Amino acid sequence: MENIIKVGMADLKSSRHPCIITTLGLGSCVGIALYDPEMKIAGLAHVMLPSSLQTKNNSNLAKFADTAIKMLIGDMCRLGANKAYIVAKLAGGAQMFSFNDASEIMRIGLRNVLSAKEFLEQMKIPVIAEDTGGNYGRTIELSSNDGKLIVKTIGHGVKEI
Amino acid sequence: MVKGIEDLNNLQIDVLREIGNIGAGNAATALAKMLKKKVHMDVPRVKIIEFRDVSETLGSAESIVAGILLKVEGNLTGNIMFILQLKDAAMLVDMLMGRQSDDLHEFSELEISALKEIGNILAGSYLSALSSLTNLRIMPSVPDLAIDMAGAILSVPAIEFGKVGDTVLYIETEFSDGDEKVVGDFFLIPDVEMYDILLKALGVID
Repeated sequence: MENIIKVGMADLKSSRHPCIITTLGLGSCVGIALYDPEMKIAGLAHVMLPSSLQTKNNSNLAKFADTAIKMLIGDMCRLGANKAYIVAKLAGGAQMFSFNDASEIMRIGLRNVLSAKEFLEQMKIPVIAEDTGGNYGRTIELSSNDGKLIVKTIGHGVKEI
Repeated sequence: MVKGIEDLNNLQIDVLREIGNIGAGNAATALAKMLKKKVHMDVPRVKIIEFRDVSETLGSAESIVAGILLKVEGNLTGNIMFILQLKDAAMLVDMLMGRQSDDLHEFSELEISALKEIGNILAGSYLSALSSLTNLRIMPSVPDLAIDMAGAILSVPAIEFGKVGDTVLYIETEFSDGDEKVVGDFFLIPDVEMYDILLKALGVID
């Protein structure tokens, strides 16, 4: 029996091996998958907004790229992960609707991805793979066995990154 | 000052329910005209859900839905979204085109236009109810359509609501023509600074 852990919107979870951590239906939100290959500790965050500094209501740390990354790394280290080994994979950040003008609501996916990369760089976590952008939703599954991230879509195939 | 949904009191939620009622009533009338048949409408339900439950709301996060998004301009700015389960969207298109088909297939260009038009009329009649209740000038943009996983479509309104709180408010409406039932969800997404304007115009706050 595999241990499947579900992560909701504005939510994050981490676990020791063996587990599969999954989040369903990423649209403009970004899935940030962190993995320590030495200790086989996996963590996944489903973030909605680029930065907690841009909004006053920022009590939900899992909602923002900056605070979620920090919190997820902390949780993984408490489980025994070594921050120096953690690598990141990103998925999501789509633009679900395509109005002509590039208003803020339309570009939020891209901004989420850029912000996640920026904060990961600050934390010195390398982004080793990503499947971001486009105009379609994604469901992702992170395996604690090898850190593989499976990305499923509707009409755009399944890939492994 | 009302910053988000969590700050709304029962009276204010009742007012939103009433807008939903009138708006959906208008939408049902418009739908009846479009389909040239009687359309009944159930009393709409105002739903407020937490983000972590959003994915499971419309069946499951991976169930396929059609989302129609319109931007709102004028005295009230923001977005309005109308979401239909894919099978309901297909049924509406069939009704509109006066035919029957049981198989779910990819939508053709023509069917996509029809679906956008349905969203346009429903959202438009909803907004005109809101406009006459508030005396605010409210104009919808041309609609855009996306067909994808429910979670991914819902991320668009959820992110906007996320800027002010941790919940999403929407209005679930059930239409039926006697035999067939169609459930649609309206998400009215005012820009952050618009809650006060909206509630003031409705006379709910000073």
